[in-house]
Amino acid sequence: MSAEATVVEKELKVEKKSAEPFLSKRRKNIVTDPLSDDNPITIQVLGICSALAVTVKLEPTLVMSIAVVFVIVFANLIISLMRNLIPGRIRIIVQLAVVATLVTLVSEFLKAYSYDMYKVLGAYVGLIITNCIVMGRLEAFAMANKPYDSILDGLGSGFGYAWIILTVAFFRELLGSGSIFDFKIFEAIGWATFPTNGLMVDSIGAFVVLGILIWIQRSKSGYVEH
Amino acid sequence: MQRSNIYILVFSAVMTVLIGGAMSLTSVLLKPAQDKQVELDTKKKILGAVMDISTFDKPEEILNLYKARVKSVVVDIEGEIIATDDKGNPLIAEKVNAQKNHKIDREERLYPIYMILNELDPNVVEAYVFPMFGLGLWDWISGYVALESDLNTVKGVAFDHKGETPGLGARITEEKVRNRYKENKKIFSDAGNLESITMVKGEGITGLSMHEVDGLSGATITAKGVNKMLKEYLGCYQSFILNTRGLNGIAIN
Repeated sequence: MSAEATVVEKELKVEKKSAEPFLSKRRKNIVTDPLSDDNPITIQVLGICSALAVTVKLEPTLVMSIAVVFVIVFANLIISLMRNLIPGRIRIIVQLAVVATLVTLVSEFLKAYSYDMYKVLGAYVGLIITNCIVMGRLEAFAMANKPYDSILDGLGSGFGYAWIILTVAFFRELLGSGSIFDFKIFEAIGWATFPTNGLMVDSIGAFVVLGILIWIQRSKSGYVEH
Repeated sequence: MQRSNIYILVFSAVMTVLIGGAMSLTSVLLKPAQDKQVELDTKKKILGAVMDISTFDKPEEILNLYKARVKSVVVDIEGEIIATDDKGNPLIAEKVNAQKNHKIDREERLYPIYMILNELDPNVVEAYVFPMFGLGLWDWISGYVALESDLNTVKGVAFDHKGETPGLGARITEEKVRNRYKENKKIFSDAGNLESITMVKGEGITGLSMHEVDGLSGATITAKGVNKMLKEYLGCYQSFILNTRGLNGIAIN
């Protein structure tokens, strides 16, 4: 009798757990933490390479952001679904294979349907494979969490990456080329003589903008590296 | 949890088959769309070397324009037209693979030439476009150099590359850099020697001669590759250029 009761109680407990709200506080945090307090670029300083390379203009940056969000979400989902099947000894290779497959997919689709973008982004789409954010999330999160949570985590990290590189690109294109999404903004407001800054078009400009962003972010969150 | 070696082997094999299958499937399915994009891109570059095509939005417009205004031939190193390949099939300039062609000895190569015809009189050639191929810093670069009907003044250029660094070497594809070749640059000296066009080291250099263009800061090796490509291929096309100038009665100094 008492044993039966425990079973019932256990079932209730399981049911209660599975009934966690679709967007509970914990899950919201999974998404929102990487956007600011635990941002992959400004706090963890991951994925800097592509953040510097593709941010000359907003358009390629946007494509790159979408590609990274796609890869990170699906890689997280796939790895999370397979997490109990993956042998621990070869887990990194398995993760890498999954990421590489997704990246190749993105690259092939770009080549078929947006050839100009494919040429602009060139090697950097392929280099998403080596983007530390992706592998980092797989190893740190997807290997130990359920699929739905992993998708949320992927979205959080992906958008955390995206908004930073889009911000960098916004300033670089605005100051370097005097335009936003190739729209000549300064000419439109009648300031045709706006002095564009060559430094911003160069990779060095990305360092400067990113450095300022990290500074603002960290002074706000009070994060200090030890 | 520790898994047996057998499990790991089987797991790897299954993964490989699944991923390999998915990749081949994607590749096969997307191949036609990709080929179309590459063809369009080639035609865009040939036209882009001589005219502004940014006003065309639809791919069909570019393909129609190409059909109406471009005539292509393939010549050998002596400048003689080759009509058929070894097997007797007609040679199509657009199908010549520049990369494979580049690996052959320069005496044996096929040299495609695209002639841009006058809009009103298709018997008048307005410009000649010469495709070329070379090496940049990381991988191959290719180019289309258009000469005016005098076969000396550069009308325009278009470059492509596989893996040059965006923002540095990859800038050879930017309009701003390409326009530097349009400033009345000539490939022959006044004495009639082939000088080609050289991209100088450093950027923002003034007082350039008619055989020099401003360089790319931070991409000296890419620029050198471009220079080498131009020099080599203009040399290869020289016979054709001199023959045609002779035929058209343009004085060879």
